[in-house]
Amino acid sequence: MSIRSKLRRSWPGYVFLTPWLIGFFLLSIFPILASLYLAFTDYDAVNAPVWVGLENFQYMFEFDYRFWQSLKVTFLFVVLSVPAKLIFALIVAMLLDKGIRAVGWYRALFYLPSILGGSIAVAILWRQLFNADGVINSALAVFGIQGPYWLSDPNYSLYTLVVLAIWQFGSPMLIFLAGLRAIPQDLYEAAEIDAATPSRKFFAITVPMLAPVIFFNLVLQMIEAFKSFSGAFIISGGTGAPLDSLLFFTVYLFNEAFSYFRMGYASALGWVLLIIIAAFTAIAFWTSKYWVHYENERG
Amino acid sequence: MTDATSTRLADLTAVSAQLRADRAVRAKRAALLKHVFLIAASFVMIYPLLWMVASSLKPNDEIFGQLGLTPSDPQWSNYTSGWNALPVSFTNFFWNSAVVTVLSVIGNVISCSFAAYAFARLEFSGKTIWFALMMMTLMIPYHVVLIPQYLTFLQLGWVNTYLPLVVPRFLASDAFFIFLMIQFFRQLPRELDEAAMIDGCSPFKIYWAIILPLSLPAMTTAAIFSFIWTWEDFLGPLVYLNDIKDYTVPLALRMFLSQDSVSEFGQMFAMSVLSILPIILFFVIFQRFIIRGIAMSGMK
Repeated sequence: MSIRSKLRRSWPGYVFLTPWLIGFFLLSIFPILASLYLAFTDYDAVNAPVWVGLENFQYMFEFDYRFWQSLKVTFLFVVLSVPAKLIFALIVAMLLDKGIRAVGWYRALFYLPSILGGSIAVAILWRQLFNADGVINSALAVFGIQGPYWLSDPNYSLYTLVVLAIWQFGSPMLIFLAGLRAIPQDLYEAAEIDAATPSRKFFAITVPMLAPVIFFNLVLQMIEAFKSFSGAFIISGGTGAPLDSLLFFTVYLFNEAFSYFRMGYASALGWVLLIIIAAFTAIAFWTSKYWVHYENERG
Repeated sequence: MTDATSTRLADLTAVSAQLRADRAVRAKRAALLKHVFLIAASFVMIYPLLWMVASSLKPNDEIFGQLGLTPSDPQWSNYTSGWNALPVSFTNFFWNSAVVTVLSVIGNVISCSFAAYAFARLEFSGKTIWFALMMMTLMIPYHVVLIPQYLTFLQLGWVNTYLPLVVPRFLASDAFFIFLMIQFFRQLPRELDEAAMIDGCSPFKIYWAIILPLSLPAMTTAAIFSFIWTWEDFLGPLVYLNDIKDYTVPLALRMFLSQDSVSEFGQMFAMSVLSILPIILFFVIFQRFIIRGIAMSGMK
């Protein structure tokens, strides 16, 4: 096909793509490249950026203990919240799967927190629930447990956000439900004839058949957890307090950029976040071939 | 058939009937147990929200240290006084949120359906590459592009206006919605486009007269998610809006916390309840679309 006729065939496609193309270049490509450039500069958003080479990264890795603290907090949050969230999502999805009555009601009730979880209203609510004399400690007191100072004790503060994340298990639950429905029932019937125990059925049928969905949820929830911001920002009063125990990477980045106007350094932090997320996604994809089996390539 | 064998047979049927009855009882008991567990679990899940509503009606000294959900004397005044508790009234904040949200929803639906139509139905050179790039933007954390975007909008003099929150939506900045719509468009039979093409319809006519009317569920789903996320958005307004007159509801709620002594918890909860009320209403009305949307796109 000649270039001319190719162009003639292509133009309606590009007309429809134009808003996205403009947005792609102005809101994704340009900012990503600009932030890469700024990562090597010192810039306060008033005076022109000054090229400093690798200094930002050198400082970050060698001297900036808050950078390491924010990495530690964020990883800890991912490790504590994502597996627990997925386990809850899977348990509830399995309970809802087998033609139970009122499934629509349960599904809606379990999903509701996911849709509200990102709101500031819920973040504010969470702060009060975990107050020293808040609901959580009152509930613990019923069992004779003296609850800690969740919000001011750095040993406990992160758990408030872990619980907030787990509370929002609704969307992986819905995705698991869709995945469970797709498992052929004859596999379970065959297992029943062989008198397989429920746990054997779970590990020999459900887990391998559901592996692609588990993997999908895992990658997605990890990325979400690395990016999470508002909850930590509100509950820590915007600073990562107490004692930087809620200094999520995103909160640190935000403060460097918009409280101290260290735009160059914040851009360097942004690129570190981008690389971490890309690396984890790549690892998840790469390891998936060892434990994810797609149905059409059985054998 | 001898007498002995017939009694044996009767015995056997009795035993198997007994077994079947046992199994039915066990299944019933299992189902009951499941329901008990699920009801308890849903109560735990919903309890924080119920507690927030209850607290919004309680006097201050009843809020803490209490698990109960019934205020002794409902303080409806928390709502009226909370509405005017900040230097600017909540009428203002809700109006601001509504403006930003409505414009964002319109922008998202128009621009994302354009892009999705191109990707799902039209042939053009470089399509695979653009599609891959579009999917990659799904992964980019907003925090990375935020700084250069902020600096650009600062140069343009757009900071302290709603433009940085709204204009990107008209440029299909939420690739998630493009993906959602592509998934939907692909399910529509190709023959429709082909027949229309033979009848001399242009791609624009096909988009407008065939694809859009058939995709109302997808458009509704995108509009609902777009509504919810924009309504709840905190980071964007936090960065771009500095004047309290321009604040959206989430920024206003945060002011309750930053006041030196939060003495009026009831008012804070009352406004929190009002802030999520539109979302809950949308959820109740459009639950079907929301749940199908997640199953279809597998996200959020």
